[in-house]
Amino acid sequence: MSEQKTTINDFATDLKPTWCPGCGDFSIWLALRQALVKLGYQPHQVMMVFGIGCSGNMCNFVNAYGVHALHGRTLPTAMGLRMANHDMPVVVIGGDGDGYGEGGNHFIHTLRANPNITYIVHNNQVYGLTTGQTSPTSDLHAKSKTNPTGVIDEPINPLALAIAAGGSYVARGFSGDIPGLTQQIINGIQFRGMAFIDVFQPCVTFNKVNTYQYFRERVYNLEEAGHDASDKQAAFNKALEHEGKLPIGVFYEKERPVYEYSFPQIEEKTLVEQSHAYKKGERDLDTIIQEFR
Amino acid sequence: MATNSLAWKIGGEAGSGIKVTGEMWARLCHHLGLNVYGYTEYPSLIRGGHNTYHVFADEQPIKSTTERVELLVALNKETIDLHISEMSPGGIILYDGEQFEIDEAEYNVSFVSFFSVPIKRLAIEAAEMDLMKNTVALGASCALVKVDEAVLNAVIEKIFSRKGEKVVALNQKAAKAGFEYVRNHWDKEYEYSLVGRESEPSLLLTGNEALSLGALAAGIDYYGAYPMTPASSVLDFMAAYGPQHGVVVRQTEDEIAAINTAIGASLGGVRAMTGTSGGGFSLMVEALGMAGIVETPLVVLESQRPGPSTGLPTWGGQDDLRFVLHASQGEFPRVVLAPGDPEECFYETANAFNLADQYQLPVIILSDKFLSESIAMTPEFDNEKVTIDRGKWATDHELNGPERFKRYLDTEDGISSRPLPGKEGGVFLANSDEHDEFGYSREESSTRNQQNNKRLRKLEHVKQALPVPRVYGPLSAEVTLICWGSVKGPALDSLALLMKTGIKANVLHLVYVSPFPSEYVAKIMQTSKTTIVVENNVTAQCAGLIREMTGEKADHLIGKSDGRPFTPEEIMREVNNVLK
Repeated sequence: MSEQKTTINDFATDLKPTWCPGCGDFSIWLALRQALVKLGYQPHQVMMVFGIGCSGNMCNFVNAYGVHALHGRTLPTAMGLRMANHDMPVVVIGGDGDGYGEGGNHFIHTLRANPNITYIVHNNQVYGLTTGQTSPTSDLHAKSKTNPTGVIDEPINPLALAIAAGGSYVARGFSGDIPGLTQQIINGIQFRGMAFIDVFQPCVTFNKVNTYQYFRERVYNLEEAGHDASDKQAAFNKALEHEGKLPIGVFYEKERPVYEYSFPQIEEKTLVEQSHAYKKGERDLDTIIQEFR
Repeated sequence: MATNSLAWKIGGEAGSGIKVTGEMWARLCHHLGLNVYGYTEYPSLIRGGHNTYHVFADEQPIKSTTERVELLVALNKETIDLHISEMSPGGIILYDGEQFEIDEAEYNVSFVSFFSVPIKRLAIEAAEMDLMKNTVALGASCALVKVDEAVLNAVIEKIFSRKGEKVVALNQKAAKAGFEYVRNHWDKEYEYSLVGRESEPSLLLTGNEALSLGALAAGIDYYGAYPMTPASSVLDFMAAYGPQHGVVVRQTEDEIAAINTAIGASLGGVRAMTGTSGGGFSLMVEALGMAGIVETPLVVLESQRPGPSTGLPTWGGQDDLRFVLHASQGEFPRVVLAPGDPEECFYETANAFNLADQYQLPVIILSDKFLSESIAMTPEFDNEKVTIDRGKWATDHELNGPERFKRYLDTEDGISSRPLPGKEGGVFLANSDEHDEFGYSREESSTRNQQNNKRLRKLEHVKQALPVPRVYGPLSAEVTLICWGSVKGPALDSLALLMKTGIKANVLHLVYVSPFPSEYVAKIMQTSKTTIVVENNVTAQCAGLIREMTGEKADHLIGKSDGRPFTPEEIMREVNNVLK
């Protein structure tokens, strides 16, 4: 990491954010940039992957190498980037619809694989960019454009799902707490493995129930409550708490083998370094071809 | 006497080792210096059902399967029932009369001999293993066609040496049992024999094996895929041989992840590829457009099987030409190439990586079950003919200029240089939204036109760089057969048969179907006396494409969609039919 002084402005483009005033996305944008500055990164040293949705529109406002991936496909894109270059940190930004709906399968299987990425989900329990439809995390009976009489489906529990899928770092943040979120992102990036952070991020336009006020009344800090994040069963129990009080902080944290560090062929050099050094004929294919003679 | 020309077929239930045995027979014929083509048919299940492996060996060049059978090894009665009609006069049906009884009179064929060999008993006596039946059958086959036992022993040693001496010895023992049984019990004439000959060194391999080797030679770094017949063997091959050559291979959770990991890896700066069949490709379609709009190189194998939907999972066809040409919303440049044999699989796959890098676009390799899974004789690969061109990479000078670097700079040829992510000064956004020259989302008409035109402009340049199609056979002919992809083999092999029926024909084979070689094909269409498009679908997909691209209408169409390959005999018959 470079010692050169960077500021949060270095991580911002010239483009003006297009979110509604008061949107939780502003706070996550700020916390992310603060985290990158505190970690000492420069914009060219970071790879960002964005999903599709209001959260993904952050792609235009963060000055770093970036991919604005297809809807739901941030995680495989990030996996590919990490396999190509495991020296470059990858931070993924997406929403609840993007990650838990469209990309639900990748969510499960990327947690299993455990690449060294940080996955931040802006969870506002509604589809914002398409103006107010039901999301996978919408509360039971919540009313939306697509469920005018109330949601029938049980909401997804991303924390419990992540723990069950083998997640090695499972946390929840709140966009109303920028210093706390900043630290969470720093911890997530520093964690060796897939750090998954679900963030309560109120949508001020399309979700009039799960508001800042709503969360301020309910959130409490897991660390302060004496939660043991190394205890998977306790983490699971905490993840199932969704009535009344809502825990934030690290639910579960346990290092285990990282996907892209498990290949002997890229132990010494990254795949991209090897790729650009490759000259034709360097691979001796004769031992394989011999079998066909 | 027919020497050195033999069509051998083995049939039995799935799970009884048909494929391995067929490949061993093919290797034996190859070892004898003959030209060989091996084709397998099997249902989509693991036990039961009917499996066959057909090996045609000849001194003449052969590039396809044939309808002939001179030696049929029937591991069950069904094999006889299904294939007796394919038998050539003088052929032998070898079966195990101790396992199932047949009534020869029931078949009412006088020109075929039935020969019962106690295959199972011999296998158990020799090697105490039921599975050795296949090797016993190979030994018996050798004795019938007068191949020396030592030749079979050498082939067994080569194939099984990796599994240890004991496996080699057991197989050789089983082979000997079959061999000696025939020598002691067969006293009739059999006019077919394989004596072998001196020949140039060559390879016997499938299209998928050749394609995988081509990818390795080209420097593939990442292969991500989800298993799907008939593309799975590329994933298996890469997993087996890739890591020792530095390749990272991932079996992803689905095809969507497969292509998106490949796009991610490519954006990271490496050579990435994915592969599937039509169903999996359907899932990849959205991401194909992603590769198009973010202008990242990508190589995609689509090995066709007959659809729609799950279709005929283990059979072949050419149903997907129109699909891959147009797959994904929006307009973006792509290259589609359809190799015709393992040799083209090797070189064209290597070239696919270059085209993807040079023009920063997706390149689709369109194969099918017949090409992917059949084994064919192929000249040794020449690494010297493989080139590596990684395309335009941003120089330090470009990255450290006074103005901010533009990843999607609007250039004359439409290609803009790309920075290796991590390089200072190269920050950009690979944006699935329409974007400006930096990659940021823009929806103004001027930006849209600039970027869309820039991307599409690449096509004109790639078209100039592609080789023209090849015409095989006599330059001047009464009939020109036009085909693409794997129909090359049976089309070429049909020329000699057509000549026997008095028709002088040649073959125009298309490898590159998009961008389409319009001028060249138009010229052929205009100068040929009679044109017949032969393709393994029934909606004239290529014939329609030719008409669209050249304005020329083929005189006749020959199509089919039963999941089976064209045979040269079939093409000969069909050509005669349409010319009537």
